[in-house]
Amino acid sequence: MHIVEKRQVLSAEEMDRTLQRLAHEIVEKSGGTGSLALIGVRRRGVPLAHRLAHSMRAFAGVEVPVGTLDITLYRDDLSTVGAQPLLQSSEIPFIVDDRDLVLVDDVLYTGRTARAAMNALFDLGRPMRIRLCVLVDRGHRELPIEASFVGTTVQTSASEIVEVQVREIDKQDRVMLMDRVADRVQDSPPGNRS
Amino acid sequence: MQIACKIRRQAIGADQTTVAPSFRHLLGIESLTTGQISFLLEQSKIFQAIQRNPLKKLATLRGKTVALAFFEPSTRTRISFATACARLGADTMLLQADASSLKKGESLLDTVLTLEAMKPDAIIMRHASSGAADFAAARLDVPVINAGDGTHEHPTQALLDALTILDRKGAIENLNVTIVGDIAHSRVARSNIHLLSRFGCRITLCGPGMWVPRELESLAPGIRRVARIEDALQDADVVMALRVQQERMNEPALAAEEYILLYQLTPERLRMARPDAIVLHPGPMNRGLEIDDAVADGPQSCILEQVTNGLAVRMALLFHLVGGPNATQSGAPQTGEGPNAAD
Repeated sequence: MHIVEKRQVLSAEEMDRTLQRLAHEIVEKSGGTGSLALIGVRRRGVPLAHRLAHSMRAFAGVEVPVGTLDITLYRDDLSTVGAQPLLQSSEIPFIVDDRDLVLVDDVLYTGRTARAAMNALFDLGRPMRIRLCVLVDRGHRELPIEASFVGTTVQTSASEIVEVQVREIDKQDRVMLMDRVADRVQDSPPGNRS
Repeated sequence: MQIACKIRRQAIGADQTTVAPSFRHLLGIESLTTGQISFLLEQSKIFQAIQRNPLKKLATLRGKTVALAFFEPSTRTRISFATACARLGADTMLLQADASSLKKGESLLDTVLTLEAMKPDAIIMRHASSGAADFAAARLDVPVINAGDGTHEHPTQALLDALTILDRKGAIENLNVTIVGDIAHSRVARSNIHLLSRFGCRITLCGPGMWVPRELESLAPGIRRVARIEDALQDADVVMALRVQQERMNEPALAAEEYILLYQLTPERLRMARPDAIVLHPGPMNRGLEIDDAVADGPQSCILEQVTNGLAVRMALLFHLVGGPNATQSGAPQTGEGPNAAD
């Protein structure tokens, strides 16, 4: 099995425009930003949340706090993933009680990360509302979860992978559609067929 | 007994790899690498934050069972481990010395094999004999955590002490650490010496001669034995008072009054240490014997923080020994999770 690039879903420019639009949408549909806060889901949700907050500051002059959430302790597949679980810290520098929270993640797929993130937030308090913002919705939900704010929707097959790259982690901004391809045994050259 | 140690690469998300040093049992500090100790302390910090959550109980180890095998009486270590299990959502089964078939003459091996036959995901073991946890770990498939074996080691105590020092001092490297009391019979002292000397701490031991034998100097390089407590406390960053075990006071060579006179940690003596020195005690304290009330309750005392940190350290440890996919198989390298596995 190896992984091949299929096509680019978003370029750096498109990604930037998409994030700008998402920031506008969140502000418009929040009825005031007084209790609004963003929660970036580790890892790539974190830089995305900071960029949304940055553009909200630029166009609306509002200071929206950003928290960081590590959902490892809340995953439902810990006993089946093939690696030693490694925890990272969650840093939420505000009280979540009565907050209007927007979870920010790069890709929405099965919905299990969003479920885990909601459980983690409820251990911290009782938010007024939780909405979900994702850069890419690739379908294949396994839970009744939908995002309130979607950057772009991509039709995918189960073998495909949506890879979001962000400059803070990956040195560049782009979204790629990749595919897992089985390594086939080499066919014999046509000329040798009898 | 060596801890089976493998460095395993783990994939988080699509492409980031992080090295998580993994091990199967925790039998002592001596057999851990410095990297493994640092890793456990880092991970413990995450569980410290959880102690401050309004809702502290997680479901992370739901469906897992942890056996608490306490062949020797213990209150605080047992409650700390049981609480750590409960906070992670694991069930516990408890074997206690006074209520077990040990009284009926069952051997240690038979008892631990019986426990293992109930299919726990880990066994936490306290025993009066040094090496008991190593003995069990060598014969069982399930991870074993040493909760104190004789006068050998008490690794989780040393880890929680280190976490407390890390909190208060910002680092555990290169500190002056003075340990006062019955070092020879103390598994707490032994584990602490192994851990702190690994980070370059200068360790001074102080106590009655028979409790601070010369052999202790071989535990780690640079250990000093100092007879007078006033000298031993000079420039200390960390002062650790050990519990005086009353049954050992019966030895005719030493009376309690004499110990108080020569070795009790008092406010006057503590002034010999650095002004920002912290005081640790593994508990339970004999107030008025090894430690004066004014020190135990004073601003330099971290004794209750130690208890809280004990929970964090034990949760981190249980999460890493029980939370992974490999609880019942030895640590063969495994492939990282696939991209988009969680989402």
